[in-house]
This record gives sequence, C-alpha cells and structure tokens, in this order.
Amino acid sequence: MDFGQFLYMRHEIILSALALIVLIMEISSDKKSKANIIPVLVALFFINTVAGFLPVETGSLFGGMYKTTALIILMKNILNAGVLIVFIQSAGWLKSNFTGNDNIGGYFFIVISSLIGMDFMISAGNFLMFYIGLELATIPLAALVASEKLKERSAEAGVKLILSAALSSGILLYGLSLLYGTNGSLYFDNIASSFQNNSLQVLAFIFIFTGIAFKISIVPFHLWTADVYEGAPVNITSFLSVISKASAVFILIILLFTVFRGIEGIWNSVLYFTSVLTMTIGNLFAIRQKNIKRFLAFSSIAQAGFIPLGIIGGSALGFSSVVYFVLIYLFSNLGAFGVVAAITNKTGKESIDEYNGLYSTNKGLSLVMMLSLFSLAGIPPVAGFFGKFFLFTSAAKQGYYLLVFIALINATVSLYYYLLVVKAMFINKNDVPIETIKNDGYTKLGLIICTIGIIAIGFAGIIFDYINSLTFGIK
Amino acid sequence: MENFGYTVIVPFLLFISFLLIGLAGGKFKPALSGIAGTFSVLVCTVVSYITAFSYFSGAGLVNDVYQKIIPYNTEWMRFTDKLVINMGILLDPISVMMLVVISTVSLMVHIYSLGYMKGDSGYSRYFSFLSLFTFSMIGLVISTNIFQTYVFWELVGVSSYLLIGHYYQKPSAVSASKKAFVVTRFADLGFLLGILILSNITGTFDYSILTDPNGSALTQGSAISFMGLSVMTWALILVFMGCAGKSAMFPLHIWLPDAMEGPTPVSALIHAATMVVAGVFLVARLFPLYALSAPAALHLVGYVGAFTSLFAAIIACTQTDIKRILAFSTISQIGLMMLALGVSDFGGEKGLGYMASMFHLFNHAMFKALLFLCAGSVIHAVHSNEMNGMGGLRKFMPVTHITFLVACLAIAGIPPFSGFFSKDEILVAAYEKDFLLFIVSMIIAGLTAFYMFRLYFSVFWNKASDYKTAPHESPLNMAVPLMFLAFASLITGFIPFSKFVTADGKGFETHIHWGIALPAVGIALAGIFTAMVIYKKESDLPQRIKASLGSLYSLVYKKFYIDEIYIFITKKIIFNGISTPVAWFDRKVVDNTMNGIAAVTNFVSVKIKSFQSGQLQQYAYVMVSGMIIIILFVLYLWNK
Repeated sequence: MDFGQFLYMRHEIILSALALIVLIMEISSDKKSKANIIPVLVALFFINTVAGFLPVETGSLFGGMYKTTALIILMKNILNAGVLIVFIQSAGWLKSNFTGNDNIGGYFFIVISSLIGMDFMISAGNFLMFYIGLELATIPLAALVASEKLKERSAEAGVKLILSAALSSGILLYGLSLLYGTNGSLYFDNIASSFQNNSLQVLAFIFIFTGIAFKISIVPFHLWTADVYEGAPVNITSFLSVISKASAVFILIILLFTVFRGIEGIWNSVLYFTSVLTMTIGNLFAIRQKNIKRFLAFSSIAQAGFIPLGIIGGSALGFSSVVYFVLIYLFSNLGAFGVVAAITNKTGKESIDEYNGLYSTNKGLSLVMMLSLFSLAGIPPVAGFFGKFFLFTSAAKQGYYLLVFIALINATVSLYYYLLVVKAMFINKNDVPIETIKNDGYTKLGLIICTIGIIAIGFAGIIFDYINSLTFGIK
Repeated sequence: MENFGYTVIVPFLLFISFLLIGLAGGKFKPALSGIAGTFSVLVCTVVSYITAFSYFSGAGLVNDVYQKIIPYNTEWMRFTDKLVINMGILLDPISVMMLVVISTVSLMVHIYSLGYMKGDSGYSRYFSFLSLFTFSMIGLVISTNIFQTYVFWELVGVSSYLLIGHYYQKPSAVSASKKAFVVTRFADLGFLLGILILSNITGTFDYSILTDPNGSALTQGSAISFMGLSVMTWALILVFMGCAGKSAMFPLHIWLPDAMEGPTPVSALIHAATMVVAGVFLVARLFPLYALSAPAALHLVGYVGAFTSLFAAIIACTQTDIKRILAFSTISQIGLMMLALGVSDFGGEKGLGYMASMFHLFNHAMFKALLFLCAGSVIHAVHSNEMNGMGGLRKFMPVTHITFLVACLAIAGIPPFSGFFSKDEILVAAYEKDFLLFIVSMIIAGLTAFYMFRLYFSVFWNKASDYKTAPHESPLNMAVPLMFLAFASLITGFIPFSKFVTADGKGFETHIHWGIALPAVGIALAGIFTAMVIYKKESDLPQRIKASLGSLYSLVYKKFYIDEIYIFITKKIIFNGISTPVAWFDRKVVDNTMNGIAAVTNFVSVKIKSFQSGQLQQYAYVMVSGMIIIILFVLYLWNK
C-alpha cells in the first residue's frame, strides 16, 4: 500500500492533529492562559478550513472502507466552514461561562471529534465505517449539550439526547444486521449491486432511514429536537441544528443515491410522506412557540422538510440543489442563532416577547436577524430564496407538482411566523427593550460572515454551477 | 453616408440634466437649476438643428429618397432568442422634424419659464421635470422600435403627470394630474395590446422592418380575421387607442382641458406642442402599415379625428377660461391632423395628407406654443384665467398683443401666416379623398377663426376691467420667446415641406390650390368678422345670443356633459356594478378563506401540542410507532 494515499484522508488527519493540539494546550496551560486557546484554535481552524479547499486527490482506501470524491470533499468543506463560524460565535460564550474552568479545551476537542466522526461518516464506503462515524459524531454532542452543568435543563437535554440517540442507533444497527444477513456484505458497492426488492431488505432500509432521519429530525423522529435545542447552550444548539443536521443530510443523500438506488420507488414514497409531515408539523409547532430557541428548533424541523424535495426523484439537479440549500441554510441558521447567542449569553433573555423593540436598541443585531429570517423564509433577493427555488424546481421537474404545492403552502405559513419575529423586533413597542449589547470582535466577525453568505451566495451563480459540475452524471 | 453618431448627445445630456437638477437641485440656488436646464436644452437645440440641416441637405438622401438612418442601436433586454428589445436612435424625416420641434419649443419654454416661474417654491423640481419630459419626448420620437416608443410613451405620461400636479397643494391640480394619468394609462392598455398583437404577427418590434413598404410585415396578419376585420387592423386600431389617449381624441379627450391646471409654460410645451401630438406622430410612424395593410383602421383614424375636431371647436366657442379655450383648440387642431392622415394614401403625391398632417403639426407646435405663452403672459399680468375679467389689454401689453395676434392669424389660416399653408394642404387632401371630411374641415376652419378671435377681442380689446394693479408687459426673458415664436409662425409656412417630409421619403412639389384656398380664407375671414362684431366693443350681444340659444348653449358650455357621463359610468356603473361586488368578494370570500386557513392551522396546532410532552418515553413511543407505520405503509400498501 502506498502511504501517500493516506492523504485522501487529509481532512480527517488535519482535524485529528487539531484535536491533539487542543489536548496538549489544555494540559500545558495554566488557568490564566486558558483563554488563549480560543484565538489559537480559531486561527488554526481557519487555516484548516482554507486548506480544505486546496486540491486533493480522490480515491478509496482500506479496500473500499473509505473513499472520497470531489463532491464529498465539498461537503466536508461546507461542514468545516460551518464549524468555523460556530467557533467564532462561541468565543464570547466560552469566555464568560468557562472562566477559570478547564473546559475550554474540552469544548473544542469535543466539537472537533464530532466533526471527525461526520467526515468519516460521509466518506464511508462500508456500513461499519458509517456506523462508527455516526456514533463518533453523536455521542460527544451529549456531553456538549449538558455542558452547562449547573442548569437543570441543560442536563436534562443531555440525557434526552443520549437516550433517544441510543434508541435510534439501536434501530439503525438492527437495520444493518438485516442488511448483512441478506447480502452477506456491508460494503456499499456490494450491497448496491446485490440489492433486491424483498421485504427484509426494505425493512432494513427503513430501519437505517429511521436512524438517519432521527439526526435530521424528520417527523415523526423529531420529538427530541425541541427539548434538546432549548436546553442546550445556544452555541451548541446552533452546532446541532446546522452542522450535525447537514452531515446527516449529506450521508442520507449519498446512501439513497448509491446503496439504495435499487428501491428508488420505495424511498421516493417514504420521503414524500415524511416530507409533507415534517414541513407541516414543524410549521404548526413553530407558530406556537414563545421561546426563541424552541422557535428556531421547530423552524429547523420545517426547513428539513424541504430537503426531500431535492432528493425525491433522484436527479443530479436535485442533488446539487440539496447541497446548495444546505449551504445557504447553514449561513442563515447560523446567522439567526448567532444573534440569539449574542443576546442570550449577555442577558439571558430567550422569550420572543422580550425581542420587542430590539431594533431601537440593537440595530445591527436586528438587521442580521431580519436577513437571516428572510433567508430562512425564502424571500428574494436573499440567498434562501434561491435555495428553495432550486429545490422546488427539481421536484417540479420530476413531476411532483402536488408536493411542490404543499411545500409552497408551508413556505407561506413559515413566512408568517418568521415575520412575527421581525415584527416584534421592528414594530412592536416595548418599555424595557433589551439593552444595547456591546459585542466583542468574535461575535461581530461571525455575524458579518453569515450576512455576507446570506447575501452573496444567492447572487454568486458560480457556486451553484460548481456544485452542479460535481454532481454531473450522478444518475 | 454621414453617421449622425453625435445625436446621442441629445437624450444623454437631457437625462444628465434631469438627474443633476433632480438630485442636487435642492443644494444649489434655484436660479442655477433653471440656467443648467436651459443650457442643456440649448445645446440639444443646436445639435438638433445641425442634425436636421445635415440630414435634409443631403446626408439623409440616397437616390432622392430620404433614408432611415440608425446611428446607434443597442440591445437592452433579451428575453428569448426572438424577443429582444433594443434601444437606439432612428433618424428619418419625421423624427428629425420632431427633434427640431421639440427642442425649439422646449428651449423657448425653458427661457420663458426662467421668468414665469420666478419665486416659485418648486423651481428646481419644475426644471428637473422639464428636463425629464424633454428627454422622454426626444426618446419617443427617435425610437428604433415600438417597444422603446412604449417605454418613452409612458415616461412622457409620467412627466406630464408630475408637471400638471406641480401646484400639488391645489386639490384641483392633483385631481387633474390623476385624471390625465388614469385616462392616458387606460388608453395605453390598448396600445400595449396593440403592440403585443402587432409584434406577435410580424415577429418584430423594429420600425425598419415593420414599416418597410416592400417588407413582409405588411402582408402578415391580414389573412387571419377576427370579427370581420383582419388581425392587423385590430392591432392598429388598438395602437390608435393609445394614440387617441395621448392626443386627446374623442372620447378620451377629457383629461386635456383639466390638464391646464399645470403651469402655463408646461401647457405650452406638453399639452400643445409636443406630447399631445405624439399620437399623430405614432400613426405617422406606422403609416405604411395603416395605409397599405389596414385601410379600415386608417379610415377610423380620419373619422375620429374629424369628429373630435368639430366637437372641440364647437365647445371652444363657449368657454370663458382662456387656457381651456386654447386646450379645446388644441384638441380640434390635433383632430385635424388625424383627419389629414386619414385621407392620405401611401406614396408620391397621393401621400399629400400625410405630408400636410406633419406640416400642420410643425406649424401648430409653433403657433400654439406661442398662444399658450401669450396666455401665460396675460395670466401673469392679470392673475386670472377668466376671459370675462380681462379686456383692453392691448394698451398695457403691446408685445403680447402683437404676437398673440400673429398666432391667431396663423391658426385661423390667413395668408401669409404658417397655418394657411398647412391647412390648405389638408383641405386639398380631404377634397381629393373624401368630400364629407372636406366639408367638415371647412366648417372647422370657420369655427377656429371665430373662437380664436373671440378670445383675442375679449382679451385685448373690449372694455378694460378695473384692474387692481395696472397690468404690465412681461420681462424680457418672457418676451423674447414670444417674439421668436411669432417670427417662426410668420415664416415656417414658406418651408417647402413636401420636399422633405413625405410618406415614402420621396419629395414632391406642391403649390397653393387657390380654388380651395380662397373659399377657406373667406370662411375664416367671416369667422373673424363675426367675432369682431360681437366681441370687439362692449355690448350685450353675447348675452343675447346666449339667451336665445338657451339650453343648446349650456349643453355646449358644459362640454356636452362628457365628463358627467364619465363620472356616471365610473361612479354609478363601474363602482356599483363591478367594484362593490369585487370588494365584497375580496372581503368576504377571499379574506375569510385566508382567515379560515389560519384558524384551522391554529386549531390543529393547539390540538397536536400534546405530542410534545417532554416525556422521553413518549418520544420513543412515537418514534417507533411512526417507523412501524412507515413499514406497514411501504410493505403492504405501496409495495404490493
């Protein structure tokens, strides 16, 4: 074996090195200099993100256990960019909550570990590899969710996450065993070629689908979402709702398009069914929420309901539009969570009513929040519009007009509750609005990146063209 | 052939001037805005004159035919491979002529306004809109395609709207500007439909293809017929609807008299000389189509023109507001131009009506602008529009008096003033084609002379009213334009127009037809004489005539109640018959459906709240049972 081929795993290798660096820094620095970990890590991770875009060879390793393609590398880069923003945004939270505590390094270590798990999961060529990646991505998160130890809800959220994750991965494992039992192999290629449309294998597919759908919080596997999102610290919530979800979407679409291509008819109908449910239920719950984090949790469920529109029908255009949508969703949601984090970490206020009159005191934050919500709602000309537009187009091209229609209605409903928040910030009066918040450089930088992303991605047609060139010929 | 690239300066400069005065006008002194606007128009006038001179002196001529020259044409919007919209400059005899007319009148109005608008609070705004209007009007006449025409057509509509509403504190000005805009917009609906049909059947917007007399555009669309007329005819009738709106043809004329609420120089520029003749210009622009492909539509143009002309002339005889008299006179004269187009054929001397129409347009622009500017001068001095409150002004305002008289003689068609020549050509063209229209135009000639001199004698002779302050002659910058335009009215008749502006670009010779000219002059003189008898000295004759005519007089005075009919139709029939039910439908059905959806959404969302209980056991239960449902669904229902 040529060891140069190890560089196929460059993303994972660099991330592992970063994780080790964090550990060493954590051990070797005294309490006073703990805070230095933040700038160093942000800088290192920035370099990692940029390095991710350097050209890299693609191929498969370890007898097909691991493989990369240009598209998979793009996905990893998207995740890297997202994590970078999360890191930047959490600097303020880390400084205020972890002073004198030795958890700062721990936070970075856990997030990076989780990211390594995601990268391996996406790159998997074998279901065992996939499963290990999935678990590595999920289990550390429970620790993060519960990281505000003194808060009851944070601990509760951690427990809920780990228990329901255990259930879902149990189901998934069961599916894997069925798959192995019927095919005699766990390699994607072997399964894809010998896949038969018999009941046992369909059962296996649905079990596996359940396990992944749990992570994307597709209805009816979504119930944990709101509680965990609400209980976890905001920055962790944004990681969960964006990065974790995006990685699961990526692996779902890869599996559907390769391994389960043989039962396209079945997964089309399953996706149809769950997509309608997810959009509708997500919206119906989002309308009622009073807490901004819970609100964003349900909004993210509703957003996830749009994703199957691109997957359904299994077209290359759909694949591109899903990746594109996820990219935009990443910036929009991180923008929204970034604002919420800035406010919650400083004032502890989480109720939507408390956002009344925010514009009078915090103009910048309100504007970023408005842009993010507009993007989530899909109002032109911000990027969210283009993301939804391409999803809807690809579904319509496959002939799923009814589904597109339902999605349009749901998009309209979502407009209502997104605008409610905008209205609260800009129009509603408040005698005691949230005081003017002085943001540190990190928070500002994070929000600026999101704003640029929200505005620029929609207009930069080159991005969609690039994604399209990678998915070319998938079907 | 000369490339006329420099004509680009004209629209470009005017647009810059509009932006500059409009955006920065508040920053510098008002007087500077006026001077900047005037200066840019002056430059444009010079360029236009150079263009016209060089075009007509041979640069536009190939084999004795005036060519269409396109110095500049760029792709503006590309919707599909076929649907491309260009923006450019097209020079041919009529557009070059219009360039001269527009820039001349606009320059005169600009200079005049420097004095007239002095001290007005909206001085900068006024000049920026004036620049916008001039820009749009020029853009309209030099359009290379009908879509560009439409764009600028709407732009002139907007600038007209803005300028009519210049005194926006006055409710009457606001409602007048709204009326003008709505009525012309309504007409433009027809125009747009016409454009769409026209371009659909011919596959092009371009004038050079559309109006090529040997081209294929002429024959397309004549084969398909709809309700007895060919599609081409329908398209052209719809286009004419737009023309009728802009040019205030019956029954869409109602906005023009009200538009006199704007400042008087605006009336001179927009509502007398340039914008209102855009309809005539457009028919002339599409004339090969009208004449060769849809004679029925051309007939309609002629008859609508004739009817409107007569109708407006009659009304003008009874009005007392001097600007309204001039407004109705404008409607009448434009009707005459339409009539002339209607009696024209295509090609050679048969195209006499076309040439006469353009000739009259040219002359009319000069003397009608002059009339309005004189009226402005009078209003400036007396501070009233009412004719009855004036009289004896010739002693106070000698320059205005003489120039006004020149304009009146010109419009009445007395030789050697310009109106005589063009009116003679119109009469000859009508005589050769349609005797009925000839008679009508003769009557109009008499009426015109009568009402113009009624105005003239009432204002400048008769008994002087008791003026609170003695009226005074206008300052020099207002008097100079008057004198210039009077001079123009005196000489433009001698331009050998038929050599330059003809339907097919080939010049021909014309001469005065004394057999028709003499009776026409006789009728005009009779009209003038009648007016002199009744109005020159103070007497109770007008009252007696009024009384003897009784209700007939008030019918005419009330403009045949056309406005009231419109109000009846809109308020009673459309509002009650259509708007109210639609509003009801919107409020009750549409809104309630929406509210219903919202209520259902809300209701369901309350009902399903219990799913989110916070109990982990229940979450697991829902998750597993959801999965089982999917399995059952797939295995037993879908996958059978």
